[in-house]
Amino acid sequence: MNWNIILTIAMKDLREVRANKMAWMPALIVPLIFVVVMPLLLIVGPQLLPIPAEELNREMGDLDAMMNALPPDLLAQIRGLQGLQIWIVLLAGFMFAPMFLIIPLMLASVVGSESFVGERERKTLEALLYTPATDRELFLGKVVAAVVPAVLITLFSFAAYTLVVNVSAYPVMGRVWFPLVTWWPLVLWVAPAIATLGMAASVLISSRVSSFMEAYQSTGMLVLPLLFLMIGQITGLISLSVVFMLGLGGIIWGIDAVLLYLGVAQFKRAELIARL
Amino acid sequence: MSAVIECDSVVKQFGALKAIDGLTFSVEAGEVFGMLGPNGAGKTTMVRLINGLLAASGGRLRTLGFDPITQGDRVRAHTGVLTETPSLYERFSARDNLLLFGRLYHVAPEKLTGRVDAVLRDLGLAERARDKVGGYSKGMKQRLAIARALLHEPQILFLDEPTAGLDPEAARHVTDLIEKLSREGGRTVLLATHNLTEAQRLCDRVAVLNQGRALAVGTPAQLSRDLWRSTWLDVELRGVNGGAPTDRLLAQVRAVPMVKAAAMEGHSLSLQVESEEAIPQMVAHLVRLGAQIVRVNPREHTLEEIYFALQEQAEKAV
Repeated sequence: MNWNIILTIAMKDLREVRANKMAWMPALIVPLIFVVVMPLLLIVGPQLLPIPAEELNREMGDLDAMMNALPPDLLAQIRGLQGLQIWIVLLAGFMFAPMFLIIPLMLASVVGSESFVGERERKTLEALLYTPATDRELFLGKVVAAVVPAVLITLFSFAAYTLVVNVSAYPVMGRVWFPLVTWWPLVLWVAPAIATLGMAASVLISSRVSSFMEAYQSTGMLVLPLLFLMIGQITGLISLSVVFMLGLGGIIWGIDAVLLYLGVAQFKRAELIARL
Repeated sequence: MSAVIECDSVVKQFGALKAIDGLTFSVEAGEVFGMLGPNGAGKTTMVRLINGLLAASGGRLRTLGFDPITQGDRVRAHTGVLTETPSLYERFSARDNLLLFGRLYHVAPEKLTGRVDAVLRDLGLAERARDKVGGYSKGMKQRLAIARALLHEPQILFLDEPTAGLDPEAARHVTDLIEKLSREGGRTVLLATHNLTEAQRLCDRVAVLNQGRALAVGTPAQLSRDLWRSTWLDVELRGVNGGAPTDRLLAQVRAVPMVKAAAMEGHSLSLQVESEEAIPQMVAHLVRLGAQIVRVNPREHTLEEIYFALQEQAEKAV
């Protein structure tokens, strides 16, 4: 296996995505909303609104039932905090976590759809199939193009989010409190698994659709389980503890392995050329 | 000369459809070989089989001595293919397209930019090398696709319908280019086309295909001989025994055993003889009869006549 070839294909695919504004604009706007706009609105907003401390404490008291369902390590983070402090920790440290997973999913499925389906749509695949690159090198090149930037941008978004959350909440918290311990498995274990899932799904979908938009919309369905995760967490049905994150990541990696196995089996020159 | 492509009873089946049905031919090093046939005859499928993009369902196939199924990457390292659609990255410049494919074809990094510049220059694209390919005309895209196929200096160049969809001027430019490429440096060229004028001009040997089968393989002259088993001669005469050509001469010619048919119009005598080998004897005979010969032209069948005669035969046989 020649890594020069794999990287050449990956770089080519990323250049193609860069040239397609329709693909990268939403993929860039979503992280920007999650990382900068929403935390600022929800952390700085309440600080600017003149809500009396007693009222806020009363409102937060209504969330007791949910707070009782929180994992012990998160409860430990909240213990001893007051009104707006609890709001910030719950929201930025807890509720946003599943939303954060949308970033790797979206990025990987955009690049995956562009690279696997877009290539066929623009009729550029045939020339690539006539090169000496092996099926595996072509496949890996496209996998690298979809997964590596998605994971890197997720990590970068995480760093930016850490900065935004700590700086904007500093007047209330009075200390650097983020990231919470549950975020490490989320970012380092679950997010790469989700990125791989987005890519693997676009590979499998690519054989059934004919345009980039169709593929992208189909992979968008994967956001639904993430929304369930968020709702489950709000309702107290699921608690995103470290153990839960590790388990969730393990399951997603398992699904990835199966999907990638099917993807590799499907990514054969003879199959690809027959679908041109 | 040695065979660089060997196809022996090759079969390719897609479900119930037999796209290639026992095709046998070989291509010698340095020749321009044409695969002629209507759409659906199996030309593109053969290019894909020879390059290991598809696996044959039966028969034996070797390209440069390699098995395209198990050694496809090695085959493709030594072949360059101009596909039916140019298959170019239109959002990239011509130069970037070539740099990308140069890397994929393992052109040495220190040679790559020089090689890219050279092919761009050779194909008349140097001035617009940095423009995005999306803004190119069809003819320019086709030339760039040829440049891409030549970039790694392949031993065999495959050209699949190289002038399809081009206006006559662009088509002529591309054909001139292919002729130049095939005559320079003894490169082997396999031309898949249904453009018979193009094939007539370029090909040393051809295989005429129909529904995945070879109707005939050989040089146009061989195919013509096999089809008609006789040769027409056009003889221009100044006169006979000092006078004008007469019906008497025509009658004497018709009486010669090797002559199958003859006609005369003014000073032009048309003769059908058994074979090309009979021509010198026939000329000697005419001289003995007192004919003063100005010019003798063996009438050659065009590839178009050969092609249609073969296709008609095939249709009658069904």
